[in-house]
Amino acid sequence: MGSILQMRGITKTFPGVVALDNVNLSVAEGEIHALVGENGAGKSTLMKVLSGVYPHGSYDGVIEFRGEECRFSGIADSEKRGIIIIHQELALVPLLSIAENIFLGNERASGGVIDWHDTFARTRELLAKVGLRESPQTRVTELGLGKQQLVEIAKALSKEVKLLILDEPTSSLNETDSEALLQLLLEFKAAGISSILISHKLNEISKVADTITVLRDGSAVSTLDADGGHVSEAAIIRDMVGRSLTDRFPPREPKIGETIFEVKNWTAHHPQHFERKVVDDVSFHVKAGEVVGIAGLMGAGRTELAMSVFGKSYGVGISGEVRMHGRPVDVSTVQRAIAAGICYATEDRKSYGLVLDDTIRRNIPLANLPGIANGIVIDEHRELDVARDYRERIRIKCSSTAQEVVNLSGGNQQKVVLAKWLFAGPEVLILDEPTRGIDVGAKYEIYAIIAELAKTGKAIVVISSEMPELLGVTDRIYVMNEGRFVGEMPTSDASQEKIMSLIIRSGHRN
Amino acid sequence: MSQEAIHQPSVTKPATGGAAGGSSSFIRKHMREYGILLALIVIMAFFQVVTDGILLKPINLTNLILQNSYVIIMALGMLLVIVSGHIDLSVGSVLGFVGALAAVMIVQWDMNYVLAGVICLAVGAVIGAMQGYWIAYWKIPSFIVTLAGMLVFKGLTLWLLAGQSVGPFPANFQLISSGFLPDVFGIKGFNLLSMLLGVAVVAVMLFFGLRSRFRNRASSHDDEPALFFFARNFILAAAIVYLTWALSTFRGFPNVLVVMALLIAVYSFITSRTTIGRRIYAVGGNEKATRLSGINTERLVFLTFANMGMLAALAGLVFAARLNTATPKAGLGFELDVIAAVFIGGASMAGGVGTIIGAVIGAFIMGVMNNGMSILGIGIDYQQVIKGLVLLVAVIFDVYNKNRA
Repeated sequence: MGSILQMRGITKTFPGVVALDNVNLSVAEGEIHALVGENGAGKSTLMKVLSGVYPHGSYDGVIEFRGEECRFSGIADSEKRGIIIIHQELALVPLLSIAENIFLGNERASGGVIDWHDTFARTRELLAKVGLRESPQTRVTELGLGKQQLVEIAKALSKEVKLLILDEPTSSLNETDSEALLQLLLEFKAAGISSILISHKLNEISKVADTITVLRDGSAVSTLDADGGHVSEAAIIRDMVGRSLTDRFPPREPKIGETIFEVKNWTAHHPQHFERKVVDDVSFHVKAGEVVGIAGLMGAGRTELAMSVFGKSYGVGISGEVRMHGRPVDVSTVQRAIAAGICYATEDRKSYGLVLDDTIRRNIPLANLPGIANGIVIDEHRELDVARDYRERIRIKCSSTAQEVVNLSGGNQQKVVLAKWLFAGPEVLILDEPTRGIDVGAKYEIYAIIAELAKTGKAIVVISSEMPELLGVTDRIYVMNEGRFVGEMPTSDASQEKIMSLIIRSGHRN
Repeated sequence: MSQEAIHQPSVTKPATGGAAGGSSSFIRKHMREYGILLALIVIMAFFQVVTDGILLKPINLTNLILQNSYVIIMALGMLLVIVSGHIDLSVGSVLGFVGALAAVMIVQWDMNYVLAGVICLAVGAVIGAMQGYWIAYWKIPSFIVTLAGMLVFKGLTLWLLAGQSVGPFPANFQLISSGFLPDVFGIKGFNLLSMLLGVAVVAVMLFFGLRSRFRNRASSHDDEPALFFFARNFILAAAIVYLTWALSTFRGFPNVLVVMALLIAVYSFITSRTTIGRRIYAVGGNEKATRLSGINTERLVFLTFANMGMLAALAGLVFAARLNTATPKAGLGFELDVIAAVFIGGASMAGGVGTIIGAVIGAFIMGVMNNGMSILGIGIDYQQVIKGLVLLVAVIFDVYNKNRA
């Protein structure tokens, strides 16, 4: 069999970051090619290059599709050639019908007037192909996620697909729906459609993939023959995580004291799909001076866990108990959680962490305005002193504390978020992806702040998708997958392979 | 106007002053704040010339204040609503409704006018609170809730008055709008009490301005360049002294001016110096981040609307007293003047941005244009077109400035 797709020497850089470094990828005619790697390894970037999201000229290298060199200037270009990508976040319009969604932008129409008869007939054909028994007029919002996924695939089929790219298609599906989807991929293969499957679930990959390419830090480190399910998962994991840890972390000597913070049997349900447990019977504790990590893949429920504990800011039907110093505390609102000494620094600082158009000086005291006020009257001199103090202590680089935070770099914005929570005086600080999207130098500074805080006896929880980071800064690690804690280990015993295999083995169980 | 109101620009935004950047960057950052003050001065100068000096005559100045008092009172509440990221379309109807209620209680039921006034303010607050409840706790868009409120209270006004005008009010009630500070010194043709009050206000304003400036210096707080500080204070002081003198030679300060000045002072202080004011700006700037900072955003929005309702009720009393009658048409379209004043004053539709003093100046810009064009005998048709264009230009200027920064 010849190859349908050749990507050679693909290099893509963003300011300050090499996202893809001379990557080669070759997909054979009619095969299922799996693409695996950690979060941030470059999988999505590579697929965006392929589908034209990053147009020709914005990257280096050559894409050859069905023997011709392609220079896509947008998604429409690549779709015309038959390369269709289905993203993790589905691109459906919830309030339109299945038929309307499938032919959106590609309507069966003459002179602008839609031929509904033809539209519904074609939709029924497509739905039969993907095995979805629903009326074409059903609104997408009434379908479960699995069925929505099938609608996306039907939409792809309506466009004469030659190469189907699925980005984590089963991450939000239950076992039966996942199984059906994988079966469908095998049927497509029999019909001669090639697919690229991006997934974290190695058991699924070994079930359906013909070839596996492992990406790590923006390079393709290996291409393995899946050999009908006989490939070793250990080998894949080693290739995924096998990077050496250099001294990217400040040294520290943990002084661990009494247990400060305990969460017991914590459960939270999805705010829209009430029956889904996003956090399922989780218990954990953190001691004074201890840095505890929560590892897991995206969508494991870590952010949801933290936010549901922090004033029930996420989820419904929350049950469980939070204790501080052994005594139960009320965390039913953010105010009460903060009063109990718990603070949470969000993973999404722009949407949830900062008032972007406001100044550094006015952002820092937001969670503790009484701290700069006499009664209800704000003392601007004290406000300025506080801002200057934190600017000095955690080195916020700015021309003045009167600078608006929107103009700061990611690392400095993150420091403003930290300053805000430090000024609120927490005993427990939950940091959600504290170094997301910031450069290496700033990361080191954030790690140093974490080490410093632990030294002063605070209990710290770090949620991170970057395993080297967890291994570098924490004392103990919990592993979370699909809403549950599936493992716990002292960091001294932990390795990326161990964590990854805990996640993958727990995936096997259900 | 009182010291706090005038003092306010330097207090609200000392934050963005760039001592390091020198005066050119200072101008760039504060273009909007100085721009609008300059615009008011230019517009006043223009009409002063083309009306042959009628605009600034004492009698016309008094008129100007009385005509615009209710718009300014409502603009104070509207500023808070808009800063918190919402809008209130119902204020015109609420104004009319409360005026009608006052008329029914005072004229038809012979109720004591003080008691009736207090009841009216409470009713306004309750109306605002009811609308705020749906907006804050049920997350129903404020545009829709207050659009409904606008229709409901317009209808209730008609019902309450049975389609008729009700009046006249007792003389004491009329004094809210048509009364002046008493001439306690008894000098013929000159209200010395008003003059002294005006001078006192200027003195207090200068005292606080200078004190704040020296304190800022002491803690090397960023501050506006000296030239701007002195020019701004000089212009304001001169304007107030002139205004005071002009009004004193006529009949003195109208009562409503004193009420207005106090309200402007209080609301300036709340927005710029208190924790609740700071929280309202934060809610408008980023509601989610504010809630995750432990601030009860729902209650804040609720209170903002309750406050708006109360101020609309106060404006309704002032308006009814001025007309000396409650008519079914009172308040028609006022919400648009109020909202326009706030936007001309530099508030942002998206929330989080705007100042009390800006809204007041915005209201005066609209008021001076109305007044000036009426003196010139320009038809209502052209007046509307010109006012509309001024609003558009003001907002385009904002957006242009923001994009350039």
